[in-house]
Amino acid sequence: MKDNFKKAPFSAQIDLSKFSMQDFEKATDEEKRQQDVMGESTTFFKDGMRRLRRNPLAMLAIGILIALIIVIIFAPLVIPYGYADIMKGSANLHPFEYSASELKQIAKGESVFPHIFGTDSLGRDYFIRVIYGARVSLVVGIFASILVLMIGMLYGSISGYLGGRVDLVMMRIVDIIYSLPDMLLIILLAVVLNETLGSIIKGTIFAKLGTNMIALFIVFGLLYWVGMARLIRGQILTIKQNEYVLAAKCIGTSTSRTILKHILPNCLSVIIITTALQIPSAIFTESYLSFVGLGVSAPMPSLGSLANEARSGMMTYPERLLFPAFAICLIVLALNLLGDGLRDAFDPKLSR
Amino acid sequence: MSSENILEVSHLKQYFPVKNGFRTVPLKAVDDISFTIKPGETLGLVGESGCGKTTVGRTLLRLYQPTSGCIVFDGDVLYDSEKKIDVKMQPYRKQMQMVFQDPYSSLNPRMTVEDIIGEPLDVHKLYTSKGERHDKIMELMETVGLNAEHATRYAHEFSGGQRQRIGIARALAVDPKFIVCDEPVSALDVSIQAQVVNMFEDLQKQRGLSYLFIAHDLLVVQHISDRIAVMYLGHMMEIADADELMDNPIHPYTQSLLSAVPIPDPKTARKSQRIILEGDVPSPLKMPSGCPFRTRCRYATEQCACEMPPFTDRGNGHMVACWNK
Repeated sequence: MKDNFKKAPFSAQIDLSKFSMQDFEKATDEEKRQQDVMGESTTFFKDGMRRLRRNPLAMLAIGILIALIIVIIFAPLVIPYGYADIMKGSANLHPFEYSASELKQIAKGESVFPHIFGTDSLGRDYFIRVIYGARVSLVVGIFASILVLMIGMLYGSISGYLGGRVDLVMMRIVDIIYSLPDMLLIILLAVVLNETLGSIIKGTIFAKLGTNMIALFIVFGLLYWVGMARLIRGQILTIKQNEYVLAAKCIGTSTSRTILKHILPNCLSVIIITTALQIPSAIFTESYLSFVGLGVSAPMPSLGSLANEARSGMMTYPERLLFPAFAICLIVLALNLLGDGLRDAFDPKLSR
Repeated sequence: MSSENILEVSHLKQYFPVKNGFRTVPLKAVDDISFTIKPGETLGLVGESGCGKTTVGRTLLRLYQPTSGCIVFDGDVLYDSEKKIDVKMQPYRKQMQMVFQDPYSSLNPRMTVEDIIGEPLDVHKLYTSKGERHDKIMELMETVGLNAEHATRYAHEFSGGQRQRIGIARALAVDPKFIVCDEPVSALDVSIQAQVVNMFEDLQKQRGLSYLFIAHDLLVVQHISDRIAVMYLGHMMEIADADELMDNPIHPYTQSLLSAVPIPDPKTARKSQRIILEGDVPSPLKMPSGCPFRTRCRYATEQCACEMPPFTDRGNGHMVACWNK
């Protein structure tokens, strides 16, 4: 073979006649196996988390949130004051100041826990009030978002999947709800619920939150899901076009299984991102309502009501306004940064 | 109607409502199509883009609700608009399956290969234990030439050809008698096309499958099909045995299609004459009167503009819809 093979003068083909068998060596079994090895299998979730870990801002936000949650959970266990405990003679203290009676106790050798943020005009420790306020804000934000997510997801996925006339009617209902003034409804509901529910819930956990909070949740459940429903419907309309949905139909998969197994997992990224961005907006609404006096009922504090109370003494005690305002900013900023990070990590098409 | 055919389709129509300004007009995607498929046979379906090939396949499997016509599968009437028969498809989904065109969008990116192939088994409850499910999936993967270790991977980790094999394994999972292959090779490289087409042929021999093989590559269709059907604008133009159609096309549209097939030999190619059609395909919303092909046909006469030509047998089952003798 080697002898009667003549190479064309300009051919780029390797001239095998220059080599002999000794120049080649057989691939070992190890090398052969390496050809078969594929990269490590990554799931969608793992891939997204890897991208999220590379994002410094998002990691900072996660750090801040974790620190906040730890403080919110453990500070009330460490600090000996309650959010409603009124200490006589300790009113209107600046941060780390002690009242005359507390100074006496210290002189006696007893240890007194410092008022880190001072006290308010009634003599309640302000630090613990801000902590409880942040607790209320975060819990309201998270639960309101979950409520919005549940209703919006159910409604949006049914509307988007069924399409046609059902979709038309369901989306007109959404349009009508969109046009209702939310603040007006909250105020109206709060007034009505206060009269009807006020006596029923007395003595239960709901009483601590107050009828205003119940009104807020009802309004979130009634009105705020429409944005989420629209978004999920839009997602489902695009995912429905994929052939794998048709393939599922061809196999004989039921509608509910198709939605749960094929459609919702594929719009999961959008759902996670929107929920993460919904929390700060719910926190803002709660703070705003508490600020105008429609939030949680006293003595339970909320960041908004703390800021409202601080308005009267703003000139002499500016820190009382600054602390809750700063807490709101920190929580909302961290959640927004986390939401952006999640969007970049799980929906690369949107970010680039 | 005899039951020697696995599939009999007669006068099938599929219209889609399309909003045109304020009016809703029907888009006649498939208009009065009839054909039969025998057990173990492959019917190739060709035609240019947008002529309704895919719609035929999907309507057969009742993924769309047909406008009118009659579909008989294995002796059972699945749909008959005149006798108002409209059966539940769930039991028939086990016998009729589909392989999709785009191997990238036809596999759910959030599911592992094992779950994709296992889904038909789950839906039809074709196993008694987890172990049996796993064994069946492994057997299917081996049938289509995938490694067992690929089972836990996601679809996006595979090449186009491998993805198409996953799609075929999914269709085979329920052990069907009839598979609609909707352009299964047109998204693949030529070398991979050959592998996949050969696999279709092997599976047919092993399992006695019948195919409706939709494609626009005439050479691939000639290779795999026993008979070939030609469609134009939702109408059936010609049906004949594969070799008969290639050697002796009667309809002017089939003739022009065949003349456009590239010949891999420059000497022969220079001698052959291309029949070049004039104009564009008319919009399916504004169908020409009479024969849909008459606006581009060299032999069109006044009769063509008045009446749709009947689908007649020109001998040996060579059916043609053309006034031209």
